Amino acid sequence: MKEYRTINKIAGPLVFVEKTEPVAYGELVNIVLFDGTIKRGQVLDTSDELVVVQIFETTTGIGRDSGVRFTGETIKMPVGKDMLGRILSGGGKPIDGGPEIVPEKRLDITGAAINPYARGMPADFIQTGISTIDGTNTLVRGQKLPIFSGAGLPHNNVALQIARQAKVPGSTESFAVVFAAMGITKEEANYFMQDFERTGALEHAVVFLNLADDPAVERIITPRLALTTAEYLAFELGMHVLVILTDMTNYCEALRQIGAAREEVPGRRGYPGYMYTDLACIYERAGMIKGQKGSVTQIPILTMPGDDITHPIPDLTGYITEGQIVVNRDLHRKGIYPPINVLPSLSRLMNLGIGNGKTRDDHKKVSDQMYAGYAEGNDLRGLVAIVGKDALSERDRLLLEFADLFENRFVRQGYDEDRTIEDTLTIGWELLSTLPVEQLTRIDRDLINKYHPKIKAGAKKE
Amino acid sequence: MEVKGKQANGKQGVLKRIAGPVVTAVNLDAHMYDVVKVGKEELMGEVIKIQGEHIIIQVYEDTSGIRPGEPVSNTGLSLAVELGPGLLTSIYDGIQRPLSVLVDKMGNFIERGVSAPGLSHTKKWTFKPLVKTGDKVEPGAILGEVQETNIVHKVMLPPNAKAGVVKTIKSGDFTVDETICVLDDGREFPMIQRWPVRVPRPVKEKLNPTIPLITGQRILDGLFPIAKGGTAAIPGPFGSGKTVTQQQLAKWSDAEIVVYIGCGERGNEMTEVLTEFPHLEDPKSGKPLMERTVLIANTSNMPVAAREASVYTGITIAEYFRDMGYDVSLMADSTSRWAEAMREISSRLEEMPGEEGYPAYLAARLSEFYERAGLVKALNGNGGSVSVIGAVSPPGGDFSEPVTQNTLRIVKVFWALDAKLSQRRHFPAINWLNSYSLYLEALQDYYDKEVSPEWNKIRSWAMEVLQKEAELQEIVQLVGSDALPESEQVTIEVARMIREIFLQQNAYDSVDTFCDMTKQYDMMKAIKLFADLAYAAQLAGVSPAQINTVKSKNELPQIKFIKDYKPELAKIEKQMDAEFNTLRSAA
Ligand SMILES: Nc1ncnc2c1ncn2[C@@H]1O[C@H](COP(=O)(O)OP(=O)(O)OP(=O)(O)O)[C@@H](O)[C@H]1O
Ligand SMILES: Nc1ncnc2c1ncn2[C@@H]1O[C@H](COP(=O)(O)OP(=O)(O)O)[C@@H](O)[C@H]1O
Ligand SMILES: [Mg+2]
Ligand SMILES: [Mg+2]
Repeated sequence: MKEYRTINKIAGPLVFVEKTEPVAYGELVNIVLFDGTIKRGQVLDTSDELVVVQIFETTTGIGRDSGVRFTGETIKMPVGKDMLGRILSGGGKPIDGGPEIVPEKRLDITGAAINPYARGMPADFIQTGISTIDGTNTLVRGQKLPIFSGAGLPHNNVALQIARQAKVPGSTESFAVVFAAMGITKEEANYFMQDFERTGALEHAVVFLNLADDPAVERIITPRLALTTAEYLAFELGMHVLVILTDMTNYCEALRQIGAAREEVPGRRGYPGYMYTDLACIYERAGMIKGQKGSVTQIPILTMPGDDITHPIPDLTGYITEGQIVVNRDLHRKGIYPPINVLPSLSRLMNLGIGNGKTRDDHKKVSDQMYAGYAEGNDLRGLVAIVGKDALSERDRLLLEFADLFENRFVRQGYDEDRTIEDTLTIGWELLSTLPVEQLTRIDRDLINKYHPKIKAGAKKE
Repeated sequence: MEVKGKQANGKQGVLKRIAGPVVTAVNLDAHMYDVVKVGKEELMGEVIKIQGEHIIIQVYEDTSGIRPGEPVSNTGLSLAVELGPGLLTSIYDGIQRPLSVLVDKMGNFIERGVSAPGLSHTKKWTFKPLVKTGDKVEPGAILGEVQETNIVHKVMLPPNAKAGVVKTIKSGDFTVDETICVLDDGREFPMIQRWPVRVPRPVKEKLNPTIPLITGQRILDGLFPIAKGGTAAIPGPFGSGKTVTQQQLAKWSDAEIVVYIGCGERGNEMTEVLTEFPHLEDPKSGKPLMERTVLIANTSNMPVAAREASVYTGITIAEYFRDMGYDVSLMADSTSRWAEAMREISSRLEEMPGEEGYPAYLAARLSEFYERAGLVKALNGNGGSVSVIGAVSPPGGDFSEPVTQNTLRIVKVFWALDAKLSQRRHFPAINWLNSYSLYLEALQDYYDKEVSPEWNKIRSWAMEVLQKEAELQEIVQLVGSDALPESEQVTIEVARMIREIFLQQNAYDSVDTFCDMTKQYDMMKAIKLFADLAYAAQLAGVSPAQINTVKSKNELPQIKFIKDYKPELAKIEKQMDAEFNTLRSAA
């Protein structure tokens, strides 16, 4: 392979190479340092005169005397069955002391878009054992459902609880987990690893670790390596794969850094204008394929800078993913775990995974009614602060109590408490039965008669 | 789309630079918007800038692996769609490649370098002529028809073909390429026509809309209607209901043809339409909804240049069916992603950015697009319409951004989605105070005649109650509701009923998902009946607390979920009357 020594400029993660043979757009590049170390990069811009290469590691040690080799192919990931149980770096190299991965295939890490015509519709209810997810923001196989959190909130516990408890009732297949860490601390990573080891989850997991002190630009490829692996496990080996990506905020910061190095016109708050498309190319790599067995379910985690849901990172994410689970600081301060605020949370695929034959016929309407009650009760808290409880009507007083009950009975649960969907809906009815029946306008009469604890009890007595 | 053109002068150009979806070629004779084939794999692209000898091209497929020095050839044609039998029930990408054909050709993932024509060129359709030898035919004239699905496809003389006299007209089974008509000057016409997507199809006359597009959605039909041939925008933050509202319109609106463009949005949402529509029935014809639908799906992870084109592909197909005399409705979800595709291409061209990095021509492109909507008299004299409903996805849900603002300057209906409403699962989360329709006046006569002479009055009444409630809520927030005068406490209760009974409508309930105008009117009338009785009772000395004990009021929401609601509603109204009588006599 020809080696060029025509580097003429290095700026941030970008290396500019002059006078080469025609180089392909997107090609993988190896930069050879004087001591033989190889750094990897990718072609971002190519013409007769100049080639711009983005390096995925630090540029430390790269100089005008470094050699540049163009490999003639785009970046590939070696994948194979024996990846399960392995720990890899954010760049895909084993870091668990084990052998190299024996590749059964080498796959392009960009991943092509699934043809919408070939997609299968996600519809299998995943029971996570967490009421605020199962009851009111149901996750289904093949969905992409991020956790929106804030610095210092227990989003990792929530993610781990999901990974531990996730199951499809009635199905014997368990999930394989692909875990990709981007820029998280060693301590956080250990927390995940210990839980994986404690529960034996590691055996059917593939872990990619790019930690806080690893090169920031490597984070650009980490999720792509993870998803390429997940797609292989799902669509070639027929597994159901749960992908946890954390922390997407660090990924976006890396994206911003590269944009700045390229002197691009920045979009909102300095993030590149193409960040929507870039994130979509990650998040859309979830789903099912018609006539195939496996699935890729994604749970990306991101910390909202300043707890601001309108910040470009959560905002663009929310526009792409199929809902979001919002972890909330106020609930956390009240000592409620999991501190999930259902009001801004949403699962867009919920309706496909619930109802008769899947969960229960009353599921949707119980959920709607609880939302309405909690939202109204929550608003009344502001009013009470001004006018006092005594100024409330009877209706409002009950709603106010409902909001408290909702947080303490429905939202609050143990870190190891694994509720069935039946448990969750039973708690739901218990709470709803504290409100006058006439106020349950979101639920049809038949369902009220069938499930309302007081009416059921009354009917039995007669 | 498949392009069969000849190189303008036979000379091949050469690629000089590749940077993502924008590439530069030299030594190429080209005009603006010519379609070119890029590289050895012949990826489709379009000329978007000419600068000295540099020809700048946007490429509709991923450019990874392409090198400087590879060939570029010009087809000499502009980006066009194939129009003819076979459009209905199709799902296309942004440049009219059928996604089903792409699955056959390259599997479950979208690879590149595959061309696929928009229409099948082998399938035979039964063509029935409607003109005869010797007839004079003008541009756009209907030559005959094909039973495409349950929809009759009119085969027309292309709008840009000169008039002539029919020499031969055939009858029988033909592919779209076979000649079905010959004019006496020797010109031969097949069923297919190609039309450049960036050029509006001409019409004889644009008319003012006077008939509502009935959507079966109470807040839309009842408070903020769109006319057939009208334009509407539906902006909202993520999760507020843009997509569900557009899908509801695609399902239940009384358009004859639906073109649904998934522009830079989710793959699963398109799959949902594909899986659901074949099983849903058009409430009018009873036929599967898919039979009247054309889908364009260029999802967020598909190439941005093709996303930019998808909106034009969709509107051109809509205009084509309009020219047959159909009422077409087109949904674009989301126009913000289209604007972002423009922004991305523009920034790669290093054009001077306007507001928030969008190109300076953003406003012009948006208004050109919405101008292609309208109620028209087609060249052939048929009346048809294209209604355009565009979703807008403002960053951070802030409506002051350029795409929302430039759209609102053009469209006549504004359905403002509100995160506060969606968070409490009040759906459709359309804010009744900020939304508006500028068609109300133009549609009044229709409601008078087709719904009830009372409709316009009762609508204004409901709007007034809601406005009044908003004012009263401000006071309640300070002093609590008990401090309000009694009649105003009644108003608060009536407003709650309007919101919870009339405005809230669950798209996922098998009955409530669609509500015809009669039922809408009956529901609103029942609420008005309650209001009239309640105010009268209040004057007669009944307290608001007592009024709130009226049981029949609590039965009213159930009407939504009952298909044959009339007997139940009559019962409730009767009971309401009786209950108020009792209250009044006790007072
Ligand atoms: N009970 C309700 N049911 C349904 N929608 C409601 C209800 N109360 C308020 N809304 C909706 O929420 C919107 C905002 O309500 P509200 O007047 O409380 O906001 P605000 O406090 O004035 O707004 P901001 O906080 O943005 O200044 C209203 O315009 C209305 O659409
Ligand atoms: N009319 C409706 N009835 C019931 N639920 C709705 C309705 N509109 C929206 N929703 C709910 O809101 C969610 C988000 O709506 P969607 O249209 O996908 O939002 P957007 O396109 O604005 O991001 C849906 O998944 C659904 O749960
Ligand atoms: Mg949407
Ligand atoms: Mg007509």
